[in-house]
Parts: sequence; C-alpha cells; structure tokens
Amino acid sequence: MATTNTPAGDTAKSILRRGLLDENPALRQMLGLCPMLAVSTAVVNGIGMGLATTFVLVCSEVVVSLLRKCIPSSVRIPAYITIVASFVTLVMMLTKAYVPALDDALGIYLPLIVVNCIVLGRSELYASKHRPAQAALDGLGMGLGFTLVLTLMSAIRELLGAGTLLGFAVLPPFIEPMIVMVMPAGGFAVLGFLIAASVWLEKRLGKDDEPSSSRPSQSLCAACPLDCGINDPTHEDCENEDVATRLEAALDAAGKTLEERDR
Amino acid sequence: MMAGYASILFGMILVNNFVLVKFLGICPFMGVSKNLDSAAGMGAAVTLVMLVAVAVTWPLQQLLAQLGLEYLQTIAFILVIATLVQLLEMVLKRFIPSLHASLGVYLPLITTNCAVLGVTILVIDEGYTYPQALVAALGAGLGFLLAMVIFNGVRSRVEEANPPEVFRGMPITLISAAITAMSFMGFTGVVDHLFGA
Repeated sequence: MATTNTPAGDTAKSILRRGLLDENPALRQMLGLCPMLAVSTAVVNGIGMGLATTFVLVCSEVVVSLLRKCIPSSVRIPAYITIVASFVTLVMMLTKAYVPALDDALGIYLPLIVVNCIVLGRSELYASKHRPAQAALDGLGMGLGFTLVLTLMSAIRELLGAGTLLGFAVLPPFIEPMIVMVMPAGGFAVLGFLIAASVWLEKRLGKDDEPSSSRPSQSLCAACPLDCGINDPTHEDCENEDVATRLEAALDAAGKTLEERDR
Repeated sequence: MMAGYASILFGMILVNNFVLVKFLGICPFMGVSKNLDSAAGMGAAVTLVMLVAVAVTWPLQQLLAQLGLEYLQTIAFILVIATLVQLLEMVLKRFIPSLHASLGVYLPLITTNCAVLGVTILVIDEGYTYPQALVAALGAGLGFLLAMVIFNGVRSRVEEANPPEVFRGMPITLISAAITAMSFMGFTGVVDHLFGA
C-alpha cells in the first residue's frame, strides 16, 4: 500500500473498499431498505435500480462537493434535496426514453430514489467535506456496493420464487418454485437471512473486534443525517452536525485500522 | 359511489398496505416500532402529513400538467412536502399545543419518509379524482398506523426470545416482519369481493 500523506481512509482503494465491503450501505449501514425490498423480485430490476441509484449518487456527490463552499449550512438539506431530485428526474426521463420496460417495472420506486437515505446521507456525511474526485469515488463505491447486494438479493428471490435467472429458466421443471419468495413476505425473509449471513461471515473472518461503526443491530439508518424516522424520537433535538462529526471520527478510526492491517 | 370509496380505503389499509406490501416507510417501521406509544404517535403523524400532502400536491399536479411541466413532479413534490411538514409543525404548535405535544416530535422525522412522497405520486399514477386521492391518503396512513401497532406487538415477543447469535437484532426483526407480511397476504381479494370494485 502506498504510504502517502493523505489522511487515513482517503486513498482511492480504501474509498472504494469502504463502499463495497466495510461500510456496505445495504448490509452494514441498513440504508435504502425500501427499494432494496421492493424491486428485488427479478435480477433485471435489481441491476437497473442499482445502476440508477449509483448514477444519482455519483452525480449528486460531485455537485454537492463542488458547491460545498457556496451552500450556507442552514439551507443545506433543502439544497441537497433539490440537487438529488434534479438528477433523479434526469434518470427518470432517460429510463422512460430508452428502457421503457424497466420504467414500468420500477414504477413508483424510481422517483423515490430522492428519499433514499444513501444518497442524502453520503451527500451530507462525505461529499460536503471532500474534494469532487473523492466524492465521485465514494459515490461509485457506495453505489456499486448497493447494486451488488441488490443484485444478489434479487438473484436469490428470482431463483427461489420463479425458478429463473435473468428470465431464463434454470431450475429443472420438477422443482416447484416458491411463489412466496417473490411476494412481499419473501423480501423481508431473504434480507433477514442475508444480513445474518453477513454477520456470520464477518465473525468467521475474525473481524468482529474492529471498531465497526456499523453493527447492523444498532446502526440501522442512524448514519442518515436526515431523520427519516429511525432516530430515537427523544433525541430529535441532537444536532445534525454533532452526528456527522461523531460519524466522521468513527469512520477515520476504522480507516486507520484498515491501513495498519494492510501495512 | 360509497362502495368505491370504501374499496379504495380498505384496499389501501389491508391489500396494498404501505409497509408490509409496498415496502414504503421501512425505516420508521423498524426504528420506532419498539415502543407502543411512539409507534402509534408516528403512525398518527404520518397519516396527518399524508392527508395534508396529498391535499396540496394533487392540485399542484393539475397546475403542472396545464403548464406542461409534469417532469418537475418529483422536485416540486419533495420540496412541497418538506415545506408542509415545517408549516404543519408551526401551526400545530401555535393553535393545537396538545396535539403538538403528542405528535410534534415525530414531524421532523417524516420529511424524508418515502411513504409520504410515495402516496402523493401513487394517487397521481392511479388517476384518482381529488376525493378519491384524499381517501387513498387516509387509507395509506391508517395502513401504516395499523402495521406499526401490530408489529409492535410481534416485536415485543421477539425481543424476549433468544435467537441464534447471528440473527440477533435486525435479521430476526426482518424475519418476523416477513411472517407479519404473510398474514396480510390473506387479505388479497377480500376487499374487491366485499365491495365489488
């Protein structure tokens, strides 16, 4: 690993690694669960939704990062929402024009990328404090991490629920598909098992004593600066700034441990 | 006529339940359902905001359509909802302090709740008339409230159980949500049959 003077956790490799593995938005931070559960009935939808979210994430993070010195902090959340909503509108128009079938399949969940905690969360926690190039990489890492889990989950659900993968029949005809897997109940169950599996894997790899800021059971959306409802209502007065600084500190600590282990 | 409204209302509460069937508002569903009071408070606050939001965004959509600006729907709706939540909080604080005391703490949490933006876009996509849209918003909110309260009961039992270690916390909560969602599958077709939509 290159021993540069950049602060811990800021090299291109570690930024990408963070999004894909260590702080995977879906499995570790529990962000963006609504689209995750809703569109994961078929692999095509999963990939489409994942890429759409990645595009919005990268573009919004770059713009937020470019404007980070111009946006007064008192109006930053509405400003971020407007930026994100613009890119979501762009994605909606592109999807409608070039892949109308995907537009039909994703339906209402495409505009709902606006309120996806991942996008607003990363804009507030990362992009507003880093240079555009780093913000773009962070967006790419987080977006691909989300896409990866979404694709995995939709593959499981499509295989078990319909006996197909990407629309091709892969299960022999005498195995009856479990329709419940493509129904809403299956979504909750598959995600539950996936998270349990990731906790188990993490334990097997002996990483559990790392200063992980993202133990699934506690962190659930807590990383999201925009209280989408997860934060304990009794704490609603706590300043966003405060949460952000604490998270940044935890993030830096995790980055440092990683660097040390890599060395 | 009344049957049509009843069909929309109960359809939204039971068959198309926002949380358990449409997966909207999962974050508050998982986060605030630990305690019965906050579950009910959150549900009531979401119902109120949904009603007010649809009451404003439905006419706004007609205006956008007349001007040929439908593509601004997403941006316009989210900003309107964010503003409305703030306004609603101020109005409640000033005029109905008792209601503000019980619902107020949940209001700031609702701005980026995807269930609220979801219902405003859904009623447009379904092509509902204004009264139908309001009934649908009420149904969506009550469905959210119902799911929150039911799941609170399920969860209080789960909290006392002793699952394998890797399932503790989030995984076991999601799996019990799966079982709760399965019970709602039983309502498919019931509402259409009762009200003949």
